[in-house]
Amino acid sequence: MAPDGTVIDARGSFCPGPLMELIAVLKYARVGDALVVLSTDAGSAREIPEWLRKVGQQHVRTSEHDGVWCIALRKVK
Amino acid sequence: MRILIVGAGIGGTILANLLARRLREDLRRGGVTLTVLSASPSHLYQPGLLYVALGEMSPAELYRDERELLDPLVRFEVDPVTDFMLDAKKVATRSGAVHDYDLLVIATGSRTVPEEVPGLAGNAHSFYTEDAALRMCRAVQAFDGGKVVIVMGVPHKCPMAPLEMTFLLHEQFVRRGIERRVDMLYTYPVGRLHSIENVARWAAVEFDRRGIRSETFFNLAEVDGANRLVRSEEGSVVEYDLLIAIPPHHGAPEIERAGLGARGWIPTHRRHLTMQGQDDVYVIGDTTNLPISKAGSTARFQAELLCHNIAARVRGCSMTRSYDGKVFCFIETGRGRASYASFNYDEPPEPPSPSRSIQMLKTLYHRMYWASLKGLP
Ligand SMILES: Cc1cc2nc3c(=O)[nH]c(=O)nc-3n(C[C@H](O)[C@H](O)[C@H](O)COP(=O)(O)OP(=O)(O)OC[C@H]3O[C@@H](n4cnc5c(N)ncnc54)[C@H](O)[C@@H]3O)c2cc1C
Repeated sequence: MAPDGTVIDARGSFCPGPLMELIAVLKYARVGDALVVLSTDAGSAREIPEWLRKVGQQHVRTSEHDGVWCIALRKVK
Repeated sequence: MRILIVGAGIGGTILANLLARRLREDLRRGGVTLTVLSASPSHLYQPGLLYVALGEMSPAELYRDERELLDPLVRFEVDPVTDFMLDAKKVATRSGAVHDYDLLVIATGSRTVPEEVPGLAGNAHSFYTEDAALRMCRAVQAFDGGKVVIVMGVPHKCPMAPLEMTFLLHEQFVRRGIERRVDMLYTYPVGRLHSIENVARWAAVEFDRRGIRSETFFNLAEVDGANRLVRSEEGSVVEYDLLIAIPPHHGAPEIERAGLGARGWIPTHRRHLTMQGQDDVYVIGDTTNLPISKAGSTARFQAELLCHNIAARVRGCSMTRSYDGKVFCFIETGRGRASYASFNYDEPPEPPSPSRSIQMLKTLYHRMYWASLKGLP
């Protein structure tokens, strides 16, 4: 199933890493936009939702398929 | 075949020199032309800015004449591109000229945009341009104690520079005998001290040893210069006396204006390095949107790969290579030691313990920089 929203393809990103890729894009997204981060780093499946909580953005869901994590979120403010 | 390279930084220069060597006969006979367009007649060795900000190097040591660095078979013009007309396979330049191409390579790098963070410009010191590094140098020399806060925007080039600057600043405060009067706070956007886990772990030990404090998950929201405060997106507020910032970066403004990519980052195929949807346009270096470090080594590895693939296209051969995401960065750790991180899309970095011998290699790299732009065979 194709992910819903702007896709940030951070597969294979060790530096700067998936969260940093998300931060760079989220700032310029519009309130209400859906985004999806693709990541091959298990740590980011934990770290991204944690950061979204800290900055008051919405984590929608995380799924994993063949070693690729798909972290869906929405910019709410 | 007309090959046009836009940008004469690390990526553009190395690629032009490698292609000139590989396609020497074609260039001599005139069947192939190789043109580089740039915004500047001189080439800046950017890593040296770190040392300018610390008062250890002068800007004059960091520049060379770009024409001298390029193979004589490369046509070089200082005439920045103002518009990219990809459908017509043309670019327009500031002088009013129009260049047709068969293959285009965009290597226009990235630049700091402090104005993206309210209050950052004017209140924070940086070392990512010559002017900023000189101003920072004066501020650091005049600083006699107080709170030093290190902050960074996202994305930024050279992921090692923030840590390196922190260690080298601390070293300078120790040398000047003022470290007891200095309280250093290093902040970082994600949940550890560096994106690379091993580097983050090691930095934590080194920070403890030096008494450097840190705050993670700290993304710059605004700087209140009147009250000397920095606020983070996460809700934290910190006081500073000397604020050192790595501002957020964008690509070249012409890229964004031409609609090639938001904020100047060009959507790039992660393996072929072609611009998405454009088989005749390649992208290398900082201006790609790839999720890898914006570093000189990245541009260098990409230039080597593109040289092979472009030469293959010129010769009508379909044997192309695929970029594996390779990056290599030295990490200056202070006290005469250094480490490095080497990684690609599949293999994570595992930096070795900092050592004097790696530091010697790094120094050698500084010295070899100009020679290496000629493109190692
Ligand atoms: C302080 C500092 C320390 C660093 N340390 C390191 C390090 O230790 N190791 C490392 O690997 N990297 C380091 N880097 C990063 C490295 O310098 C860059 O990542 C690298 O230069 C990127 O190469 P590039 O070819 O993409 O762009 P650049 O080298 O920045 O070159 C861009 C070129 O494009 C030209 N240009 C721009 N706009 C136009 C236009 N419209 N038309 C024509 N030409 C244009 C510019 O004039 C320039 O020639 C450091 C950077 C800084 C600032």
